[in-house]
Parts: sequence; C-alpha cells; structure tokens
Amino acid sequence: MDVFACDVLVVGGGGAGLRAAIAVAETFPSLAVTVISKVYPMRSHTVSAEGGAAAVIKPGDSLDEHAYDTISGGDWLCDQDAVEAFVREAPAEMVQLEHWGCPWNREPDGHVAVRPFGGMKAQRTWFAADKTGFHLLHTLFQTSLKYEGIRRHDECFVTKLLVDDSRCQGVVAIELATGQIQAITAKAVILCTGGCGKVFPFTTNAAIKNGDGMSLAYRAGVALKDMEFVQYHPTGLPFTGILITEAARAEGGWLLNKDGYRYLQDYDLGTPELKPVLKSMELGPRDRLSQAFMKEQEKERTIKGPYGDYVHLDVRHLGEQVINTKIPFVRELCLKYAHVDPVKEMIPVRPVVHYMMGGIHTDIHGATPLPGLYAAGEAACVSINGANRLGSNSLTECLVFGARAGKAAAAFASGQSEPNPAVLAQAHDEQRRLEQQFLFKAGGTERIATLRQAMQEIMEQSAGIYRDASTLQQAEGKLQQLQERFADVALEDHSYTFNTELTAALELSYMLDLAQAIVGSALQRRESRGSHQRTDHPGRDDRQYLAHSLARRSGDGSPRIDYLPVKVTRWPPGERIYGR
Amino acid sequence: MPPTIALDVIRYRPERNEEPSFQTYEVPFRDDWVVLDALNYIKDWLDGSLSFRWSCRMGVCGSCGMMVNGQPKLTCAAYLSDHQPGPIRVEPLNYFPIVRDLVVDITEFLRKLTKVKPWIIRDQVWPVEEGEYRQTPAQLDTYRQFSQCINCMLCYAACPIVGLEPEFVGPAAIALAQRYNLDSRDEAAKQRLKILSDHAGIWGCTFVGECTQVCPKHVDPAGAIQQFKLTGALDALKSLLLPWGTR
Repeated sequence: MDVFACDVLVVGGGGAGLRAAIAVAETFPSLAVTVISKVYPMRSHTVSAEGGAAAVIKPGDSLDEHAYDTISGGDWLCDQDAVEAFVREAPAEMVQLEHWGCPWNREPDGHVAVRPFGGMKAQRTWFAADKTGFHLLHTLFQTSLKYEGIRRHDECFVTKLLVDDSRCQGVVAIELATGQIQAITAKAVILCTGGCGKVFPFTTNAAIKNGDGMSLAYRAGVALKDMEFVQYHPTGLPFTGILITEAARAEGGWLLNKDGYRYLQDYDLGTPELKPVLKSMELGPRDRLSQAFMKEQEKERTIKGPYGDYVHLDVRHLGEQVINTKIPFVRELCLKYAHVDPVKEMIPVRPVVHYMMGGIHTDIHGATPLPGLYAAGEAACVSINGANRLGSNSLTECLVFGARAGKAAAAFASGQSEPNPAVLAQAHDEQRRLEQQFLFKAGGTERIATLRQAMQEIMEQSAGIYRDASTLQQAEGKLQQLQERFADVALEDHSYTFNTELTAALELSYMLDLAQAIVGSALQRRESRGSHQRTDHPGRDDRQYLAHSLARRSGDGSPRIDYLPVKVTRWPPGERIYGR
Repeated sequence: MPPTIALDVIRYRPERNEEPSFQTYEVPFRDDWVVLDALNYIKDWLDGSLSFRWSCRMGVCGSCGMMVNGQPKLTCAAYLSDHQPGPIRVEPLNYFPIVRDLVVDITEFLRKLTKVKPWIIRDQVWPVEEGEYRQTPAQLDTYRQFSQCINCMLCYAACPIVGLEPEFVGPAAIALAQRYNLDSRDEAAKQRLKILSDHAGIWGCTFVGECTQVCPKHVDPAGAIQQFKLTGALDALKSLLLPWGTR
C-alpha cells in the first residue's frame, strides 16, 4: 500500500475544494495541502453551473436585502448567523475571483455587470454569459496551478475516512489508473464532493454526483442535516435533464402551459408583465415554480411528451442578439440536445432534480462535529439554503465557505500532532474489505444498473415534489431490501486498471445510504416547508419544525433522526411573499 | 424487433491484452441517443467491464472525447442517427497513450497546460478592497473566445504535429496562453512568449487548422497559434533591430 502524508487534505476539486485549497496555501503557506478527486478538477460538476453567482455590489442594494431574500427564500430554515456571514463575505470573494481572471460580463464602463435572478429583490447576480460555473471552475483550477504547495491526486476515489482517537486523520483511496490502494494521512480533511442528485432518475446532475463525501461522513458517525430538502429546478430539458438556466427567465423568458398561458399567475406569484419583475412570476423561487408545474399537470394543462409532461419556456421575444450574448449556452444546448432553436421555437421544459439543500452538518466555519473533519459546497449543510436555495447562491457558497473551511482546517491542522500509526492498520483493513467485497469477489447475482434503477424509481415515487407518509414508509422498506440485495452485487471486472465497475458499485453503496437518509428525514418532518411538501401535512409548523433534521446512521444502517433549532438572529419567521 | 445498431469498440486491458482490439456490441437504436448513451447501455446491461470517462452529458465537462468513426468527438454530442447504419467505430483519442479501453493518459496534457502559466500575472496586484479591475466589454471580447476551452483534447487528437512531435505544447495550451496574453488584466505575455518559443514543435504548425475544425466550443486554437507566431516573429525582429530592449 502506498502511504502519503499531508497537513490538509481536500477531497473534491470543484469550486469549493479548489477555493479551500487556495485558502490553505495562502493563509498557511508552510502547510502541505493535497487535493484528491475522483476526476480531474476541471471535470467537476461546478463546470455545469450556468446562471451566475450572487453578491451585493451595486448601489441601492444591501447586505440585509440579500440576507432577507435568502432567508425568506429558504422558508426560514436557514441559520441566520451563517447567512449574515455569507452575504458579508460574498462580495470580496467575487472580486477575488475577478482578480484571478474570471471573465465576468461587464458594464460599458468596465465594472462588473449583474443580472436579476429568481427570488432576489435586487440585481446582484454576477455572470459570465451563461457559463458561470465553467468559468469559475477553470479560473480556480488555472489559478491553483501557480501554487507549488498544492499537490493533486487526480482520479483517485476515496472509499473511507480514517478516524482514530475521535479525530479524522486521513482517507483511503483507490488510484484509478493503477488500482493501487493509497492511505493519505492528514491533520485535517475537507470534504467538497458535491451533492447526490444521482439518487434520482431525472436530474441535471452529472454522473459523478453520487454524494461520496456525504456518505463517507455519515459512515464515520457525522450527522447529515436537512436531507429531506431536495431542489427541483423548474426548467430542465425532458429526457436528458439538461438544465436551462434561470437566466433565461431573468432575461425575460416566459413559462407557458399548453394554452400558451403564463400559468404562474394562478399560484400567488404575481401578475404577468411584459418585462421581468424581480421576485415575481418567472422570477419566483424554484420550489414554488416546480410546485406550480405539478398543479398544472393535475389540471391537465401541461403538454404530453414521450418523457413525461412538459410546459414551454418561451424566449423568442428576446430576439437573437440578446439570446446570443446573454444566454448563448441555452441556445447551444437546445440546438444540440433538443433540436430546438430558442430564437424561433419554444423550449420544452419540466422540473428536474437539481440540488441538495441538505448535507454534512457543519458550523459556520465548515467544521463538522468530528474534530479534523470539515465540509464545504453542496456536500455541506451550513445552512444558508434552508428549505429552498435561491438560484446563484450556490456558486458563491462554494467560494465563501470553501475559503472559510480552508482557513479553519489549516488553523486546526497547524496545531495538531502527526496522525497516529493506528490509522494505517485501519487502511489495511479497508484494503481487505475492498478486495473481499468487490475486487476478488466471485459470484453474486445482482447487476449494479438494476439496483441503481430500482433506487432511483423509489426516490422519484416517494421523495419527489409532493410526498406523504404512506409512500415514504413503503420507500423505507424497499430501500432496506435494496441494501440487502446490494450485498449480492455481481462484478464482472476484476482488473486493477481503471476499474469503473468497481467505482460504480461503491458509488451505488454511497447513494443507497443517502437515499435512506433522505426518505427517513422526509418521513419524520410532518409539515410542509420550502421544497419539502407533505400532502398529509400541508402547513408549515414553526412550533415543532423550526429546526434542522439531523440524520445519524444507526447500527443496522438505517437513519435515526433528531432535531436542532434554527438560529434566528434578526428575521423572525414570516410569510413568503412573491409578486405582491 | 426494435431497431439496433452495432458499435465496434476498442478494448484494451493491459493485464490481459498485448494489443488493443475491437469488440462488437449490438445496442438499441434510438433517435435521441448519442454514442455515450450507447456506451452506458453496454456498461449497464451487456458488459460491466468496459471502461470510459464521462460526466456531464451536456458538452461542458470535457471528459468523454473519443474517436468516433475516426473523428475526434465528444461522445455526448455524437448522435447514433448521424452514423447510421453502423457499425460505429469507437476508439480512444488519437496520440494519447491508452490506459485501458477508451481511457487515455492525459498527464502530459496537464503538464503542458501548467507550463504556459495559465493564470493572471501582474506587477501591481490590487487589494480586494479596491474592487474589481476595470475591463470593458470590448476588452473582454478580445480573449473571450480563447477562454471557452473545456480541455476535451479533441484538438490534440486531430493535430498532425502532436502525432509527430510529442513535446509540442499543443493547440489547447497555446490557446490558453493566448487567452491570458490578451486579457487586459494580465502583464505576462512576454514570459509566455518565451516559454512557447523555446518549446519544441510550435514552429512546425502548418496552419492546416484541424484543431479549429474539431473544436466543439469554437475556440479556434489555429487562430491563437497564428496570432502567437505573428507576435513571436515581430518580437524576434524587434530584438534584432532594437537590441537594447523591446518594451
């Protein structure tokens, strides 16, 4: 077994991970920081983010407005101290990224330009056309190359956290190219592995988004927070689930039902105007827009398609020039993947699983309750997103909390002794587990794809936009059965070289854990809030549930749920108001 | 019988095979399927041991480049219907060492990217509190095209010079260098010019422009190389005529 040592180990090389690594390199240059990722960093899913990143920059806007939009958008489940830190540090992080070369769109005078976004009362979304995530990720990656102190283990798949003496001290990983098992010891570990959209069948998320880090933390005894809150983005292309950015609506796009009617006006989201109005109609929050789609579907006012019902997103009236300069990627994606030209035709869209508000339980420094373990980005739940994230807050979250976690982990690491030799024994045990359960395993009857498909169907049926106790209870039982069937999984590939069947099996096992945590948390929360809508408990219940759910893995693998009160600083719970 | 189409896919497992060879798979033919969907069908239902990279399936992560019927393509954007009746030949990207099956070794590519110093370099770095550097839309337009590279490496697989001269820094890395050279916030064009000029292969580019033709993001690396050569030649001329300095 290869053994490597570093001071701070960052797992995941997307927006949060790279920002964390740079923060370590800049604040504690003497520390050795390593980024380990199952893909090359520029392949990370941050690359797919389109619309923009929010931070107050223009006159007339204020940090309090950004905080209030975020908190009310999150249906008061956000921790308000975290949101205050977030909005306060966001502008500097965005300027920093500008200094590192991000090609932000500009005003004629050379200042950064901003655009409106859903649920935001002021224009504060910085954007690089509609490829903001792509540019943000490549800027961070290219900038990271200048720090000689940042080492990378590209295409290494983490299978376990090494925990000894109640402290996280490293990971075990498989180097994909060779199949070699590595132990990487560290004084602090930061998980920046993204969300787990792939537990659902229809998602904007890339293939790699299997919640690896969430599951690693969960298995190490760390709680997963608010896992029942799953964001459906209202506008995905049918079949592929490719995201059509909210920026299309921010620039003036309309959502139309089968009669060409702007149906959002029927769902307390305002009255239709020709030009986009902030916090109204198509610029309402994602949870409310996705719920409105479901209601339209019930009324049979959506359009039938081979991949489920859809509605139309119409941007034709924006004209070719606006489309080409402000949302060129929308046009490219529609042409290439839906054979529709948005300049001339309406875009078919339907709600699609997009983002996990929940994740690894951290404080506002990115620290988990397990000393030495940190998390940031979609993998983490701080929580600034509450029960529904506002579009363009997540890229900024990667920067603000990536940097925070990096600094906190570096400070922690600089005061720690070397990892205990005992963790190497654990690493050898993990190597034996991987060999016995997977690599050298003979027999088995279950196909990975069969189990994955079954899991995804269960999740769509039970944990979609609307939920109820009986389907969730059934889902609990079915997921437990899938866990048992997974023990009988069959692997055809016993090669050490780039064995993607092995990683697919490991990813499935991660996702099964998370599916159970999502369903368990959704079952326990007997209220409706934000993206969590219970048809059997339709109202919000602040008396009982102004609280984060914490899912912990119990001995039999099932989640055990308890609650932690939400931190309220200045904004007591109130009504969410859009369009009036 | 629902329609099917055949894929001839390169298989290579270094522990078992001396040489890569083709294996044929029959997959369902569907109008909306791309080659990547067919590969995933094979992996899920026919042969779990086939290895390939993919992630976003929307043409932006740059993982799934392969040779499709001899042409470098993003397999997430290569429709089965454009390659009827088949069989469709799927091979790893040209000119890269094969790790296994359709997976190639891109370590050298990463080294080349790093070599051109693809980050902002300037004498005076503003503190963040001073706010953003000003850059007009016109200044942004001068480099924006070169900033669209997704590192999919199709241009390397299309470039005859890469095939002949492995040390050639290559189209994407030169385009990236040019992206920073043209950025009004950067001041290190001379450093990068020197790096590129000292590098093998660059003067061998004959402007055949295959790189630009295969680029899925219209980055135009051939244009970047042309621009670079012009600047490089002018610079060499200047240092000949004005030996005391060319600033």
